[in-house]
Amino acid sequence: MDKIIIQNLYKIFGPDPDKAIKALQNGDTKQDIHEKTGMTVGVDNANFTIQEGEIFVVMGLSGSGKSTLVRMLNRLIEPSSGKILINGQDITRMTHDNLVQFRLKNMSMVFQSFALMPHLTVLENAAFGLALAGESKGKREERARDALSQVGLQGWEGHYPKQLSGGMQQRVGLARGLAVDPDIILMDEAFSALDPLIRTEMQDELLTLQENSDRTIVFISHDLDEALRIGDRIAIMEGGRVVQVGTPEEILQNPADDYVRAFFRGVDPTNVISAGEIVTNTHPTIVKTRKGGIRATLELLNAKDFNHGYVLNSRHQFLGIVSVDSLQQAVEDNRTGEPIDTCFLPDVHTAMTHDNMQDILPEVASRPWPVPVVDENNIFRGVVSKNRFLKTLHKSEKHLPV
Amino acid sequence: MFEEKLIPLERWITTFVEWLVDNHREFFQLIKWPVEQTLSGFDTGLNAIPPVIVILFLAICAWRFSGWGLAVFTLVAMTFIGFLGFWEDTMTTLAMVLASVLFCTIVGVPFGIATGRNDRFEKILRPFLDAMQTTPSFVYLVPIVMLFSVGNVAGVLATIIFAMPPIIRLTSLGIRQVHPELVEAALAFGATRTQVLLKVQIPLALPTILAGLNQTIMMALAMVVIASLIGAGGLGSPVILGLNTLDIGLAVVAGLSIVLLAMVLDRITQSMAGKKYE
Repeated sequence: MDKIIIQNLYKIFGPDPDKAIKALQNGDTKQDIHEKTGMTVGVDNANFTIQEGEIFVVMGLSGSGKSTLVRMLNRLIEPSSGKILINGQDITRMTHDNLVQFRLKNMSMVFQSFALMPHLTVLENAAFGLALAGESKGKREERARDALSQVGLQGWEGHYPKQLSGGMQQRVGLARGLAVDPDIILMDEAFSALDPLIRTEMQDELLTLQENSDRTIVFISHDLDEALRIGDRIAIMEGGRVVQVGTPEEILQNPADDYVRAFFRGVDPTNVISAGEIVTNTHPTIVKTRKGGIRATLELLNAKDFNHGYVLNSRHQFLGIVSVDSLQQAVEDNRTGEPIDTCFLPDVHTAMTHDNMQDILPEVASRPWPVPVVDENNIFRGVVSKNRFLKTLHKSEKHLPV
Repeated sequence: MFEEKLIPLERWITTFVEWLVDNHREFFQLIKWPVEQTLSGFDTGLNAIPPVIVILFLAICAWRFSGWGLAVFTLVAMTFIGFLGFWEDTMTTLAMVLASVLFCTIVGVPFGIATGRNDRFEKILRPFLDAMQTTPSFVYLVPIVMLFSVGNVAGVLATIIFAMPPIIRLTSLGIRQVHPELVEAALAFGATRTQVLLKVQIPLALPTILAGLNQTIMMALAMVVIASLIGAGGLGSPVILGLNTLDIGLAVVAGLSIVLLAMVLDRITQSMAGKKYE
C-alpha cells in the first residue's frame, strides 16, 4: 500500500520561490538560479512513493537536500510547491491545528544530535510526545516504560540524558519516537553520530523492531553501507534532485547516472546482489517419476549437450543432481530399472534465493556443477553457474569502476 | 565653528518634560500607584518582622541554595549590620531593592522572552536598553523628580529603569541559547508555540534568567543608594549625610553595611542560578 506519495515537490529558500521554480522547469540548474537570484534550491521536483511498512532510505551527500526533503514530510520546513499525500491526505494543505494533531499522533522523529531535553529524565523524555498530547501521567509513563524496554533501557528511567553514553541517548530518542506509536517515523541521520560498532548494533535493533510492525520508516543517511543494510528501498539525491529510487540491487545493477555510479564506487557487489537475482533457467530439469527415467535423462542431457541435470518432484521441489557420468555408470551397471535417486551426486548443497553472492561463492567455485537455487519452500528457482557469476561481477565492475 | 549654539536641545527637553508634568499628571500617578503600594508593603513588613526572623530566613535561604558556609556568613553579616545600628535603614533598602526587582522581573522577563523569539523586536528594543544602561544614573533623577516628586517611590522608579536591562538581555540570551534542534524536536512531536516556550525554552533558559535576576538585584542595590540624592531613605541617606558633613566614620560604616548586604544577596541569588541539570 502506498503510504506516502510525493508529487512535484519543491523547496526554494528565498524571497520568490515561484520564480525559481519556473526557472528550474525551464531548465536552469541550481547554480544558475543561485547566481542569478541568490535563492537556494533545497528540493527540485521530487516524485516518489513510499510503501507502508518499508524502511525507505533517502541517501545523498550533505547539501543534497535530503534533510530538507524529510522535514517537509512533517512540515518543519514548509514546501514551496507540490503535494505530499500521507494516508491519502495532502499534508501541505493541512491547517495548523490539524498539522499539530498529525504530528502528535501519526509521525515522530529521531534526530542525529539526539535532541533530548536535558532538563527531563529518561522516562520524561520518552514520554515527551505523550505529555504534549495531554496524556495522563500514569498512562504516558506506562507507555514510555514500555518503549524504553523495547530499546533495552529498563532501569535507566530516573537518569538524565547527560549521564548516558551516545548510543544509549539515541535509544532514548528512539523510545521517544516509539512511545507515541506513530505509523511513520522519520529518522534524520539517526545513527551517524554513533561510533561504528554501536551504529551497526542500532541498525540491527531497528530491523528487529521493524520485523513485526507495519510502521513506515523514512531514514536519512549519507552512509551507503547503512543504506544497503537497512533499506528496503533507497532514494538517491543530488543537488536537490532525486536521481534514482529503487531496491539496493536495482540501483547497484542499473545505476541511473554517473553520480549514482560514483556513489556506489567501492561497494562490493557480491554483498548486495542475491542468488535469486542471477539465477538462470537454462539447465535441464527432470521431474522424477516413480520408476526408471535414467536412460531418458541421459538421452536428454546428451541431446542438449549438458553435463548435469536437476531432478525435481512434481511440486518442483529440488531433489538432487544427476550427471552424464553418473547416469552412464548406471546404464553400464544395468541399473536402468532403478529409481533415478541412485544416480544422485553426493555433497550437493543448495543456495537460497536471498543468499548474496558472497555467501554462495565457495559453493559455486568448488563444484563442477552450477549451484541449484531454491526458495524457502525448497522450490527450485534455477542455477548459478561459474560463468554467470563471473559475468555478473564483470558487469557490475563496468558500472562500478573501483 | 561652534561658537553659536544652533541646537538648543536642552530647552526642548525641558519644555517637553514640563509639558508632560502639566498635562499627563494622572498617567504618572497611575504608574506610581502600584509601586507605592508594593514598596510600602515590603517596607512596613520587613520592619515589622523581628530582626531575628529576617536573619534566620535569609540564613535558611543561603543554606538551601548553597550550603553551610554561606548560611553562617549571612548570619554573621546581617547580625553585624544590626549591631552597627543600621537595621532599619537596611530593611528599607532591602524593601526598595525587592520592590524594584519585582517590577523589573514582571516587565523584564516577558520583554526578554519576546526579544528572544523575535529578531525584529530585539532590534527595536536594543537601543533603548543601551540608553537605559549607559545613561549616567544621575541623569535619570531630574526628570524623575519632576514627574514623581522626591522620596522612596521616586527612588524605586529610577531604580526600575536602571536595573531592568540585564534581566531583559539575559532572558533573551537564555531563550536564544536553547539549541534549535530541541525546539525542532518539540515541534516535530506536535508542540504548539506556547508548549515550546513553557516546556522547552523557559526551563532551559532558567539558569541564564536567574543570572539576569542576580545582575538586576546588584544594579538595583547600587541605584537605590544613589537615589538617596532625591530623598530616598535607607542606607544611602547616612552615606550622603556623612559626605555632606565630612563624617568619615558614618559614611564608611554605612558603606560597609551596603557591601555586606550586597554580598549576601549576590551569593544567595548566584547559587540559585548555579543549579544545573546533571
